[in-house]
Amino acid sequence: MTRAGLHALLSHWWRNPMQLFTLVVGLSLATALWSGVQAVNAEARASYDAAAATLGEGQFAQMTSDAGMIQQADYIKLRRAGWLVSPVVEGRLDGVRLIGLDPLTAPNGLGPVDLSDGELTVDVLTGGVFFATQDTLDRLSDYNVTLVPSPDVAPGVILTDVGTAQRLLDMDGFLSRLIVASAQPVNQAPLADVAPDLTVRTPQNGTDVARLTDSFHLNLTAFGLLSFAVGIFIVHGAIGLAFEQRRPVIRTLRALGFPLRRLVALIAVELLALSLIAGAIGVGLGYLIAAALLPDVAATISGLYGASVSGTLQLRPEWWLSGLLIAVGGTGMAAATSLFQLARMPLLASARPRAWAMQAGRGRLYQAALAVGLLILAALLGAFGSGLIAGFGMLAALLIGAALALPVVLDRVLAFGSSRAKSVIAEWFWADTRQQLPGLSLALMALLLAMAANVGVSTMVSSFRLTFTGFLDQRLASEFYVYADDADQAAALQTFLTSRVDKVLPIQSADQDIRGLASEIYGPTAHATYRENWLFLQSAPDAWPRIEAGEGAAINEQLARRGDIAIGDTITIAGQPFVVLGIYGDYGNTIGQVIVTETLFNTLFPDIRALRFGLRMDPADVPALSAELRDSFGLAESNMINQAGIKAFSLDVFERTFTVTGALNVLTLAVAGFAILMSLLTLATMRLPQLAPVWAQGLTRARLGRIEIIRAVLLALLTAALALPLGLALAWTLLAVVNVEAFGWRLPMYLFPLAYLRLAVFAVIAAVLAALWPARKLARTRPADLLKVFSNER
Amino acid sequence: MNARVLLLLLWPFAASAQGFAGLGTETDGFATPQSPAIFDFPTDHGPHADYRIEWWYLTANLQAADGAPYGLQWTLFRTALAPEQGAGWSSPQLWMGHAAVTTPDMHYVTERLARGGIGQAGVTADPFEAWIDDWQLTGPDFDRLTMTASGPDFAYDMNLTATGPLIFHGNNGYSVKSAEGQASYYYSQPSYTIEGTLTLPDGDVDVTGTAWLDREWSSQPLSDDQTGWDWFSLSLDTGKLMGFRLRQTDGTVYTSATWITPDGQTTAYPDGAFNADPLSTATVDGRTIPTRWRVTLPDRNVDVTVAAINDQAWMQTSVPYWEGPITVTGTHTGVGYLEMTGYE
Amino acid sequence: MLLRVTDLIKSYPGPDGAVAILNGISMAMDRGETLALTGESGSGKSTLLHLVGGLDQPDSGHVAIDGVDIGALDDASRAAVRRDKVGVIFQQFNLIPSLTVASNIAFQARLAGVEDADWTRDLTTRMGLADHMAKYPEQLSGGQQQRVAIARTLAARPALVLADEPTGNLDETTADTVLDLMLTLVAETNAALLMVTHSERLAARMGRRLHLRAGRVA
Repeated sequence: MTRAGLHALLSHWWRNPMQLFTLVVGLSLATALWSGVQAVNAEARASYDAAAATLGEGQFAQMTSDAGMIQQADYIKLRRAGWLVSPVVEGRLDGVRLIGLDPLTAPNGLGPVDLSDGELTVDVLTGGVFFATQDTLDRLSDYNVTLVPSPDVAPGVILTDVGTAQRLLDMDGFLSRLIVASAQPVNQAPLADVAPDLTVRTPQNGTDVARLTDSFHLNLTAFGLLSFAVGIFIVHGAIGLAFEQRRPVIRTLRALGFPLRRLVALIAVELLALSLIAGAIGVGLGYLIAAALLPDVAATISGLYGASVSGTLQLRPEWWLSGLLIAVGGTGMAAATSLFQLARMPLLASARPRAWAMQAGRGRLYQAALAVGLLILAALLGAFGSGLIAGFGMLAALLIGAALALPVVLDRVLAFGSSRAKSVIAEWFWADTRQQLPGLSLALMALLLAMAANVGVSTMVSSFRLTFTGFLDQRLASEFYVYADDADQAAALQTFLTSRVDKVLPIQSADQDIRGLASEIYGPTAHATYRENWLFLQSAPDAWPRIEAGEGAAINEQLARRGDIAIGDTITIAGQPFVVLGIYGDYGNTIGQVIVTETLFNTLFPDIRALRFGLRMDPADVPALSAELRDSFGLAESNMINQAGIKAFSLDVFERTFTVTGALNVLTLAVAGFAILMSLLTLATMRLPQLAPVWAQGLTRARLGRIEIIRAVLLALLTAALALPLGLALAWTLLAVVNVEAFGWRLPMYLFPLAYLRLAVFAVIAAVLAALWPARKLARTRPADLLKVFSNER
Repeated sequence: MNARVLLLLLWPFAASAQGFAGLGTETDGFATPQSPAIFDFPTDHGPHADYRIEWWYLTANLQAADGAPYGLQWTLFRTALAPEQGAGWSSPQLWMGHAAVTTPDMHYVTERLARGGIGQAGVTADPFEAWIDDWQLTGPDFDRLTMTASGPDFAYDMNLTATGPLIFHGNNGYSVKSAEGQASYYYSQPSYTIEGTLTLPDGDVDVTGTAWLDREWSSQPLSDDQTGWDWFSLSLDTGKLMGFRLRQTDGTVYTSATWITPDGQTTAYPDGAFNADPLSTATVDGRTIPTRWRVTLPDRNVDVTVAAINDQAWMQTSVPYWEGPITVTGTHTGVGYLEMTGYE
Repeated sequence: MLLRVTDLIKSYPGPDGAVAILNGISMAMDRGETLALTGESGSGKSTLLHLVGGLDQPDSGHVAIDGVDIGALDDASRAAVRRDKVGVIFQQFNLIPSLTVASNIAFQARLAGVEDADWTRDLTTRMGLADHMAKYPEQLSGGQQQRVAIARTLAARPALVLADEPTGNLDETTADTVLDLMLTLVAETNAALLMVTHSERLAARMGRRLHLRAGRVA
C-alpha cells in the first residue's frame, strides 16, 4: 500500500515536471544564497583567523629589546632562569614576511600548521621547511628548503623553524623577540636580574583598523541573516505550493482508504529527500557564487589587514551543514503548517486550488496584528533595549514584522487604487491585482527583504567608507608617521627630522582614568593640521582656539558616551579640572581619549616624552625619507606609516568591497525575482477561469499579457517603496544600535538616493523579467484552453 | 606544530603504541647496545648522542614531618632524530623534561621541551649536570646531587646522597627487552637518601625519604609487537626489587627483574621469573588503569600487594602515562614507584 | 442579416487524430429572433456558439456579423466585435470574482464605451439585484449570479446574445424566472438570442429551433 501511495504521490511530479523543477530550483536557490553569503563570510573570517593565529599576537605578551634584536644567549639565560619564553625570528624574504618559531617552546606550536607526518617534523627541526600558502610560495626564489603549501597560514607569511629563519635572514645568534607563555612557573628570577635590557609588552588587543573591520564583519553577518530570511520565505513559498498542487491526489488517496498517518509520513520522507537533494545542489551553487565573488572579498579583507588572503576557496564542512540545515529546516517549517492542515483537512473538502492563496479574513487579521506587534516590539527594543541581543532582536522583529505587514499594506494600497480607478479596465486591474496578492505575497515578502537588505547593506557599506576615509583624514592627517623605539632615539629623530620636513608634530600621550574609565591623554602641537582635520560631533563655540589657549579639553565619543559627559562638563586630568569643549568621533577606538594642548600636557605630565611624530611634508618625498630612516636609524618598517599609501589602499579596498556587495545585491534580487516567477507561473494556470470571462468580453490575450507585466511592475514598485524605509531602518539599526552595542561607537549614517533609485530599477527589472514568461504564456494561450473554462462538462 | 607528534618522536615507547613503529624500533644508523656491556664512568653518566633514546629518571618516596607520604619525579629524556650531536638549532638532539609531585589527593605535573644544540637543555658527565631550562640535577659527582624543578603550581629543591653502589640490570647492564633480543643499557642508583622542600599551593613542605635514579639508553628498546610496559621499583625491608613486564599484542608479557640486596649484590632474573598481575583498576583520564597489583618473585619468596598512594597519578603530558608512588604490603613491606605506559 | 454562418467546419485534435465537431453548418439570424440550438452532448452546439461569438476560429467557412466576416479579422478587431456586438452568457456564469456585482454588470458596457446608467439601474431592479450591488459574486446564490451574468451581457445592449445552457445550473422554478426575464429583455433591446439548450421545454419557448446531430443541422 505504501508503495502504491508513494507511486501516486510521485506520479504527480512525472506528470508535472515543471512544478518539480520550480520546487527544487526554489529550494536550491534559497540554499545557494545562504551558503554563498556564508561562504564569502566564512572565508573572510577564516583568513583573518589564520592571520591572527599565525602568531597569536593578541594572545601573548611579548618581550623585546631596546636594542632591536635579542641575543640568543639572553634567551637561554631567561629559559634557565625559569622564564617560559619562546624565540621569534622575523624578517623579509623576497618581500614576504618570514616568521621563524621554535615549535618545541612556542605556546601555539607552529600556529595553524598541522604536522602529523613524523618525517616532515624531522625535516622542520633539522633541515628546513617553509609553510605558506601556495600563492606565497610561488613568489619565492629557491632557498633549498622543503615547501609545504598550507592554506591556513596567513597570506604573505612564511612559517618556518627559528633556526631556518636565522640562517636565511643572516641572524645567527639573534632573535627578533620572545613570546611569553601565559603560564609561568612559580619560581622565576626577576627579569631585571636576568636580562635588564628586555621589556615585556602586554598582549595587544588589536589595532584600530582591526576593530573597524570587526564591525564590518558583524554587518556582513547581519547580511547573511537577511539572506537566510529571504531564503526561508522562498522555501516556504515553494513547499506550500507543492502541497496545494497535490491536494487532489492526496484527497483521492485518502478517499480510497489510505491511512492519514502513513500519508503524512510518506510526504515528510519525500520532502526530506527532496530538500536534501535541493540543499546539496544549493550548497554547490553557493560555492560557485562564492568562488566567483571571493577574489574581491579576499582583497577586501587583505586590504584592511595589510596582508593578502589566500585566493583558494575551501568548501568547509560548516557550509554543507548550515546549507543543508537551511534547506531541510526551511522545508520542515513550511511543511509543518501544510502537514498540519492536511491532517485536519476534511476528507471530502473540495479541491480548491486557489484556497492556499486566499487567506481567510481572520488569518489576514491575525497576520496584521502579529506584524503590528512585531513592529512595536522593534520600536521598543530600539528605544529601550540594550545589549547586542536586543540589537539583533530588533533587527529580527523589524524584518519579520515588515514582511508580515507587506500583504496587508499592499492590500490597502490596492483597495485605495481600486476606489480611485476611472476606467473599467483600471478598476478590474486593481481589483484583480488585489485578488492575486495572497498568492504572490510570499514572493513579494522575499523581494521586500531582498531589497531592504540591499538598501541596508549599501547604506552601511557606503557610510562605512565615508567614515573610514574621514577617520584616515583625521587620524593620519600628516603625510608620514614615525615611531621611535625609545626616548633617546626619539630625541635624535626629532633633531634629524626638523630640518627635513615642513613640520614635526610630536604625538605624546599618557594613560589616565577619566571618571573611572581607562583613557589616553594626548597633547598635540597646536597646528592647522588638527584644526582642519579633527571634526567635532558636538562642540562649544570657538572650541579649537579655546583648547589651544588651554581653556579646556576635547574628548572622544566613547568617553562621552560611557562617562556620560556633555559639552561644558568638567573632567579631571592629573588632578586638574578641565571643561569639555568638544566631542569628536573616534571610530574604532575602544577606550576614552582626551586632547589638551601641548604646553598643558607638558605641565601635567612633565616626564612623558613623545615617541611618535607626525610629519607634514611633500608626499613625494616620503619613500626617500623612509629609506633614509631605515638606513641611518635602523627603524623597522612597522615604525613608519605612509599615510598617502594607506589612504589610497583603503579606498581601493572599498571599491572592491562595493563590487562584492553589488554582486550580492544582484544575486538576492535575482533569487527574489525567481520567487516571483514561480508564483506567477503557478498562479497562471489557476487564474485562467478569472481571465477567460474578461477575454470573452472583449480583451485580447496580448492585452491581458501586457496587463500582467504592468501588474508586476506596480507590485515591484510598491514593494520597493516599502523596502526603502525598511532598508533605512535596517541600516540605522546596524549602524546606530548594533554597532554601538558591539563596539561602543556609532557609525554615522549617510543616505545615497541614487543608489536606492538604481536598486528600485533593478527590482523592477527583476519583476518584469519574472513576469515576462507568464505574460507571454498568457498571450499565447490557445483560445481552446480559455474556452475550456466555459465548457459545461468541466 | 602538533606537539603530540613531536613527543611521539621523542619517546619511542609511545610511538610504538601509537603505531609509529617504524620510528621507534628501527635503528637507522644508530648504535645498538652490545653485550657484554662495558661502562666508562663518569663519562657514561653523560649523554650518548649516537643512541636514539636515553633518560635520567629519578623517582622518590618522601615523607613530611607529620608522616604524610609524597612522591616526586624528575625525568630528563633525550631523543635523537639522527645519530649525531650537531650544533645550534639544527642539532638532531631533542630534550624533554617531566616533573611531578604526588600527594594522596593531588598530582602536580609539568613538562618542558628543548632543542639540544643551543644550551637550553643537556647533560655533562664531569662534573655531573643535567638540566632543561631552570630544572637541574647537578653535583660534583653522581653520588651527591641537588635537584630542582618548577611548574605553574609547584616547585621543589632537593639534596640527594647515595648510600650504596650503582646497580647494573640484566647482564651487567645489558638489559634484554624482548624475546627477539631488543635491549638497552640500564643501570640504577637505587639508594639515595633525599631531603629538601616541596613548594605546593598550600605552602612549603620539608620532606625526607629515599630516591631511585635510573639510567637507560638504547636505539630500539621495544619490538614491534610490544604495546607498553609496567615498571616497578620497590624498596623493601629486606632488599630492593626492580621488575618490569612488557605487554605484547598477543596478550602475553615479557618480564625481567633485578633483586638488590641491602649491600648492593644483584641477581638478574630472566623472562618469567617475575610476575605482576593487576588486582584492581581505577578510571584515570577516561582510561582503565590497574592501580593495585600482585607482584611476585618466587625465587625470593616475594608475594606482595602493590597499591598506588594516589590512583590519579596521571602524567598529563604530551604523551600521557601513569607514574606514581606506591606502598607495598604482603610478604614484604615498603614503598616504591610504579610506571605504566601504553594504556590507551 | 445580423448573423450569417456559412459552411462552418471545425475539428479538434483528439488522442486518435482530429475529431470533427462541425461538418458544414450554415444558418442565419436577424435582430429580434430567438433560436434554440439543441442536440446531443458532443453534437457541436457549444462549438458553434463559440465560433459565432468570435471566441474561436473555424477550420473553414465563415461567420459574418452585421456583414463583417469575423474570421478575416485580427485578434484585436475580433475582440472589438466581441465587446461591441456580442454578449455571451455561460452556464457557469463566469463572473469576475474580484469585482463587485455592480462592477461586473457595468464591465462589458464600460469596456464597449456604451454604459447607460439609467438602463443599467432599470436592468438591475428588474433582475432583483438592486440590494446586491456592493456584494461580490461568491456571496450570491447560483440564480442570482446568473442574473448578474445576464444583466452584464444586456447592459451593453449587444446585437447578438449568445447563451450556453444559461439555466443549466439552476433549479426549474428559478430557471423559468430567469428565462422569462431574459426573453423579455432581449425583446426590449431588439437583440437576437441564440441559446444552446438540451431542454425541450425551454427550446419550445424560442422562436425557432436548430437541432444538431454529429455536427450537421438535422
